[in-house]
Amino acid sequence: MHVLEATLSERNYWSDLWNYRELFAILAWRDIAVRYKQTIIGVAWAVIRPLLTVVIFTVIFGKLVKLPSNGGVPYPILVFAGMLPWFLFSSVLSEASSSLINNANLIGKVYFPRLIVPASAGVVALVDFVINLAIFFGLMAWYGYAPSWHVVFLPVFIGFAVIASLGPALYITALNVKYRDVRYAIPFVIQFGLYVSPVGFSSDIIPSDMRFWYSLNPVVGVIDGFRWCLLGGESQIYPPGLFASIGVAGFMMWFGLRYFRRTERAFADLI
Amino acid sequence: MTDIVIRADRLGKRYLIGHKAKPERYTALRDVLTRSASRFLRGAFDVALGRQLIAGDELEEFWALKEVSFELERGDVVGIVGRNGAGKSTLLKVLSRITDPTCGRVEIRGRLASLLEVGTGFHPELTGRENIYLNGAILGMKRIEIDRKFDEIVAFAEVEKFLDTPVKRYSSGMYVRLAFAVAAHLEPEILVVDEVLAVGDAEFQKKCLGKMKDVAGQGRTVLFVSHNLAAVKALCNRGLLLANGRVVLDGSVDAVVKQYLNTSDAAHSISFVATATRPAITAIAVNGEALVNRDLIVDIQFASPRPLSTAVGGIVLRADTGEPVWGSNSRFHPSRSRVNGMSHGVLRCEVRRLPIRPGRYSLSAWLGDWHEDYDARIDVLNFAIGEDDAHRLLPPASAVGHLDWPAEWGTATSEAFHLPEPCRAIL
Repeated sequence: MHVLEATLSERNYWSDLWNYRELFAILAWRDIAVRYKQTIIGVAWAVIRPLLTVVIFTVIFGKLVKLPSNGGVPYPILVFAGMLPWFLFSSVLSEASSSLINNANLIGKVYFPRLIVPASAGVVALVDFVINLAIFFGLMAWYGYAPSWHVVFLPVFIGFAVIASLGPALYITALNVKYRDVRYAIPFVIQFGLYVSPVGFSSDIIPSDMRFWYSLNPVVGVIDGFRWCLLGGESQIYPPGLFASIGVAGFMMWFGLRYFRRTERAFADLI
Repeated sequence: MTDIVIRADRLGKRYLIGHKAKPERYTALRDVLTRSASRFLRGAFDVALGRQLIAGDELEEFWALKEVSFELERGDVVGIVGRNGAGKSTLLKVLSRITDPTCGRVEIRGRLASLLEVGTGFHPELTGRENIYLNGAILGMKRIEIDRKFDEIVAFAEVEKFLDTPVKRYSSGMYVRLAFAVAAHLEPEILVVDEVLAVGDAEFQKKCLGKMKDVAGQGRTVLFVSHNLAAVKALCNRGLLLANGRVVLDGSVDAVVKQYLNTSDAAHSISFVATATRPAITAIAVNGEALVNRDLIVDIQFASPRPLSTAVGGIVLRADTGEPVWGSNSRFHPSRSRVNGMSHGVLRCEVRRLPIRPGRYSLSAWLGDWHEDYDARIDVLNFAIGEDDAHRLLPPASAVGHLDWPAEWGTATSEAFHLPEPCRAIL
């Protein structure tokens, strides 16, 4: 028996989410399928974008500004190792942030746990990420550079990247249902974040007394973690910074999820 | 324990709507500034609390549903009728968990599927096959369930040849057929349907109605909202009449349809204060139930300060586009019974199967005798005649007129034209 009530706390929220896993899978599949339909070069977009960015960043930061790399790591590899999580972060953030609005017709007409929508948008970003990762390993092979055993921790940091981006994304997408102008802030935040985060350079160049504060940007922890996994012993982790990043990301995830769940029930009335 | 599948108890749904304050006669900058400031502060406050932001200076509560209570038993097929804005769709949305009630509670036993729109979530870029799976999942079907019914769905929709074509290339008819076919193969214990039968051509509609009857016949509980009263009558065994968010009548479908037609649409009858000096129309009433079948039965009640030896009644129907469509008076179509000195009474005009296009019409009534006009009431009633025929895809009445009369088309030999000799030589 199911009871609908105004004040009912959602006891079976998480089991409900599990019951709708098929819908989650099919929505994620739909987003992926639609993404590559009616495109000329299809999947190649996922290849061109990171490669061009790596070239530009290598030229600007590596050649013109002559920033140091981590140990003996070739500069393109350093940039790419930072760009992998950055693209994952930014695409989860942008896809998930607009996901509820993009699925307004579904939300107004069918019931399902609304969390499915931003989550399945995140899956699309993960697919792109996997393609990028393959390119990255190709680039490493090209430079004859092998990752160390640290690479086994990569899934942990992928999870960290997803949490760091999904937290703010949940908040923003819920807010976006009410205030449509929020979405205009997203491209700006992402562009800004690309330069604020250590994508084109190593975070070692940050003065050590500033490094903890710098790590309050959760992306810093994510990128440092990725470099530590992928670049072997050449890139060191700065533990206080990593914990600060994890703390901030965890808080944002909690906050975003809480806000999302509190406003979720009114989405259909507002959208 | 009785077999109750849905029990709604004092259900209420409130919306907040904003109004603009009445403009003052003089607009002082000071007032504008204070008002803008207070509006800004309220907005900021609402944002901070995560509340809904509403445009306007004054807030008003609007209860889309209020104190709605009912119980549905297993196997009930319930038609929900009411005018636009009566709360029908809100009720369905609450029952299907799309929106939460503001107060009250509902208990639902069994799997409930709702069909508030045909083709929810259809993606134009995806093929018919892909959309069947997508739409099925959205409506709550499991993948194995869709696999099992796939062929049946495709056959029902008659789109075998186009399964691997993106649905954006489908004709609108195919699109609707496919969408309905998926929905029709849902097998929930409780089915909630909103006005989705008003799509497709007549033949497909018949098929849909048949499918709905099958569903209802299998002991499932169905809640059905429609403006198509004939469909409601054909399908449902129970009715709920909603008005202004409240349940006005909960009973047999016939009683509900009857009351809906007679009361909720106030424009089926009207009365006037009689003048004491001359014969006048005191009331006009149209039989709402008969209108569904395009039978027009009009009663004109009259009162007169003196006995009338004759009374001639007249009516004119005017289409919602403004032009008169049809009219009659008891001069042209003489009355069977005479007034014979009555000082008050009722003139009745009955027309069977008016051959006019279904739609909204207004009625004017006239009262007089052979020589004189007593009273005329122009466009005082406004009502719909016939069933909504949007699905027939006829040209609009503005292009082909309001007459609805069948024609026979076929092919003929060109002999019929009696062409002059030279032309015939060329042929």
